[in-house]
Amino acid sequence: MPHDHHDHLSPSGHPYRPDNDGPLTYWQRMEIAVRELLIEKGVVTPAEISTQIDAMDARSPANGAAVVARAWTDPEFKSRLLADASAASREMGFDIGPLNLIAVENTDTVHNLIVCTLCSCYPRNLLGLPPDWYKTREYRSRAVREPRAVLREFGVTLPDNVQVRVHDSTADMRYIVLPARPDGTDQLDQGALAELVTRDSMIGMGLPRKPL
Amino acid sequence: MARPMARRSVMAERVRVKAMMPPGHVRAPAYLRGKTGIIERALGTFGNPEQLAYGHAAEKKQLYRVRFTMAELWGDGAETPEDTVDAEIYDHWLEKV
Repeated sequence: MPHDHHDHLSPSGHPYRPDNDGPLTYWQRMEIAVRELLIEKGVVTPAEISTQIDAMDARSPANGAAVVARAWTDPEFKSRLLADASAASREMGFDIGPLNLIAVENTDTVHNLIVCTLCSCYPRNLLGLPPDWYKTREYRSRAVREPRAVLREFGVTLPDNVQVRVHDSTADMRYIVLPARPDGTDQLDQGALAELVTRDSMIGMGLPRKPL
Repeated sequence: MARPMARRSVMAERVRVKAMMPPGHVRAPAYLRGKTGIIERALGTFGNPEQLAYGHAAEKKQLYRVRFTMAELWGDGAETPEDTVDAEIYDHWLEKV
């Protein structure tokens, strides 16, 4: 180690930060043990596990943004999305596995937001992994108790005439917010519209970007 | 088992989440127990997670989306009384009001 003496600053002048490769936790050891047992007993192969990890890593909010942008430009697709969001997502070619998805629409008078108070249920098969804040106890408890205050902390202040509908993903369904299409986007095509759709806007904790 | 689906086929029916506190893997959040809402939609049947979580054969249970007002959930402490929370609640956790 180059800096085992009293000097705790790096050559750049910043303090050294501890590495995050400490001992495994109980649950990390449990996961490794179960995974190794599943492989030993021939239930799954290492290649299948790698493939599944790659498939999950390949999912991103861009998938949801494409769905939203199409709903903004294709009224018949929007109807199908609101009737059955799983079927509409599959129609666009997204492999969402067994995901049971419900789309909820933001309008001039309704703002929807998504939470899972019990754990961290999230439409991962369409949007990929959830943001860290979505899994915090603070978000999970406050979103159902004071959603407008939480929204303000995310930079969204809703007028009093807009009703907030919180959706708690307590069981088998997952949710995606269909944000309202921003004004001034009449000339944009689907690809350009999708660029405006943020991850947070599909959770209801943000609004789409304004067009440049 | 009762046959509750027929009873709950009418939309906007008022239901109360049973105020029971069984141990185990339960998907009815504690903050909704004892609270009254309306059925927003029926979702069909799903395996009961209270059995699935332990690797048991799971009965199929009707699942509903139930809508609660903030006034119902938080009383005078509600941030905006007419805002709502929708949650998925299994039939065996609901009683007709």
